[in-house]
Amino acid sequence: MDNVSTHGTPAPGHLHEHPHEHVHEELGFWRLYVFSVDHKVIGIQYAVTGLLFLLFGFTLMMIMRWQLAYPGRPIPLIGQWLGQARAPGGIMLPEFYNQLGAMHGTIMVFMGVVPLAVGGFGNFVLPLQIGAPDMAFPKLNMASYWAYFLGGVTMLASFLQRGGAAQSGWTSYPPLADIADGQTMWLIGMVFLITSSLLGSINFIVTTVQLRAKGLSWMRLPFFVWAQFVTSFLLLLAFPPLEAAAVLQLMDRVVGTSFFLPSGLVISGRPLQVAGQGNPVLWQHLFWFLAHPEVYVLILPAMGIVSEVIANNTRKPLWGYRALVYSVVFIGFMSFVVWAHHMFMTGMGTTMSAFFQTTTMIISIPSVVILTALLLSLWGASIRFTTPMLFALAFLPMFGIGGLTGLPLGLAPSDIHLHDTYYVIGHFHYVVAPGTIFGLFAGVYYWFPKATGRKMNDLLGHLHFWTSFVFINMVFMPMFIEGLAGMNRRMYDGGQQYPHNAAVLHWNVVQGWASWGLGLAQLFFIVNFFMSIKWGKAVDRNPWEATTLEWSAPSPPGHGNFLTEPIVYRGPYEYSVPGAARDFTPQFEPEKA
Amino acid sequence: MNIPYTVETRPDTGLTNGKLGIWLFLASEVMLFGALFSTYIILRNGAEEWPHGELSVPLGAINTVILISSSVTMVMAWASLKLNDWAKHRLYLIATFLLAGVFLVNKYFEYSDHLAKGEGPWHSTFLAIYFTLTGLHGLHILGGMIVMAYLAGPGAKLWKANAEQFTNRVEYTGLYWHFVDLVWIFLFPVLYLL
Repeated sequence: MDNVSTHGTPAPGHLHEHPHEHVHEELGFWRLYVFSVDHKVIGIQYAVTGLLFLLFGFTLMMIMRWQLAYPGRPIPLIGQWLGQARAPGGIMLPEFYNQLGAMHGTIMVFMGVVPLAVGGFGNFVLPLQIGAPDMAFPKLNMASYWAYFLGGVTMLASFLQRGGAAQSGWTSYPPLADIADGQTMWLIGMVFLITSSLLGSINFIVTTVQLRAKGLSWMRLPFFVWAQFVTSFLLLLAFPPLEAAAVLQLMDRVVGTSFFLPSGLVISGRPLQVAGQGNPVLWQHLFWFLAHPEVYVLILPAMGIVSEVIANNTRKPLWGYRALVYSVVFIGFMSFVVWAHHMFMTGMGTTMSAFFQTTTMIISIPSVVILTALLLSLWGASIRFTTPMLFALAFLPMFGIGGLTGLPLGLAPSDIHLHDTYYVIGHFHYVVAPGTIFGLFAGVYYWFPKATGRKMNDLLGHLHFWTSFVFINMVFMPMFIEGLAGMNRRMYDGGQQYPHNAAVLHWNVVQGWASWGLGLAQLFFIVNFFMSIKWGKAVDRNPWEATTLEWSAPSPPGHGNFLTEPIVYRGPYEYSVPGAARDFTPQFEPEKA
Repeated sequence: MNIPYTVETRPDTGLTNGKLGIWLFLASEVMLFGALFSTYIILRNGAEEWPHGELSVPLGAINTVILISSSVTMVMAWASLKLNDWAKHRLYLIATFLLAGVFLVNKYFEYSDHLAKGEGPWHSTFLAIYFTLTGLHGLHILGGMIVMAYLAGPGAKLWKANAEQFTNRVEYTGLYWHFVDLVWIFLFPVLYLL
């Protein structure tokens, strides 16, 4: 667990040098950009890998959307390359559709959003915001990135194995997941990803507790740091049960145990030759014990980013900073006792249902407090409509829709009607897609100048925002209509086989075209991203005139981050202080004598 | 560039980075084994019958004594460093390592006994959870042995360069080792006696 600083560990080839000499050793290309222990490089590695996985996971969905809009028609452009085992003659096979669905969810959650939100922004921004020279354990930090990378490679490689990738949904419910093709690779990949999260979360917590700069007390921490801090506890304590579950499922598949296989299971008319006496619902408990806190792992970092951007662009202190902090800590605790609201249909009994719907209603209170505080922060502000601010502003109603549509799902009576319909898909996508992912885009535009020393282009940013905003709502809003009409999720033919779906089937076509439009809209971002690295407007340390510590470091910060030891004199959001010369008073600005 | 509080404690928290880190790691381990113990409870509650007397209580008891002794030698290895007695430290550290090895050898005999009868984890839900829990625990023992081998071998150089940091490392290893013991102290009655 201990760590040796890079000082005194001479690079290979420099062994003749005295190890105690204070030389700034020149690291080679590999140590500098690939196997780096610098939190900023690792943060950028996480962010770029995460963005690539988001794009890949989204591409899987664009292919699925063709099948939903035009079931049984050959997929244009790429259909011919998918091969006989996936799409003979360009027409998607049901098994391949299931693979795409399972892997879309897995990739977006575990390899896209979390690595970008926690691994990317957490790594890059958190040490800078608390005035630390690096993470507490730099080598562990590198190990966690590479564990994530291996997990990602395993998941991608699973598409190429015989029988293809996992096809039992991202939730991997047994008994199906115990017997379906592709699941073993999925489980191995998950073990890597879980290991990565554990190492990362330990690092974040220790860094926040131990490496805060002089004067940076807990109530002076930027809200982003609080959000990451709580998120890390969720990752630390909620992931191990999923690891246990993954081990058990792996035992079922590889060794032939029957943890999740009940007695007397018959598959395709033949009894399954296992010992039996297992419990399939046990998997659901272990899975959702992780996966509900995971929802907050997805949303809290985005809330943190949005808070920073809103404070900066309203030029006002956040409304109710303490309420925000207490709410986010309370959410952290409560998120461990709501998991079975995903399981109202398992027949676990009314007492259990009553308990979990009560806790679910309670946890919605701090979420509403956070949203309300952010909304009130806008009151009476002269808002700067920068690109990050547009995404942050859109986050509020989008997350609001996602959150409020969740209430009927948290109550057992209404959930029984809505369970496993497109309504659920609409609900959680509003939380994580136009919610979290918009928050993450806000973060990319906001901290890009710190990471590169250059600003991203505003015109392309505005185009990216408005096109994404329109298309993403055209994809997800119809899902509520479809779901209320009774259309089930995970239907290979988009629900055509059921007559009751006839009235809403045309929405599939709208959603298809909207999702391809959404794909095209991301070109604005991709072009902007690469163009701005080279030709973006060069900026100094504090281009947004912000107050938190990361803006006192050079852009981009060098090894060790700060040129002088950072000292904190005040709270994080001292904007428009009456009597001050400027409309922002940074945390690092000394009191006037 | 130096990371602060790797050796000295931070005044307001009273902790080194490593100490906090190992405690957090152990917290996650509690959740991991907690989930598996919960699995045990749920499977046993749902079972029509639960086998008794399948495991050798004497062997399990011997292993319990071995692990508890190894916890004592681990503490002595750390305490000897605090008393600046390097030779004693070596003795106790290697003793801990050997005790862990004996534990695993015993475990090997127990496993091969079952497998020889054709009763692997696939045989029943009881053996499934038995092999999973003790297997994962055995991996933790193995992990601890690797760390001890490092501290006794290439890692021992640090004693000369930075005695306090080395002592801290032994302490963190000890904390982990006590946790692994503690898991066994739950495993023994749950699997062998109840």
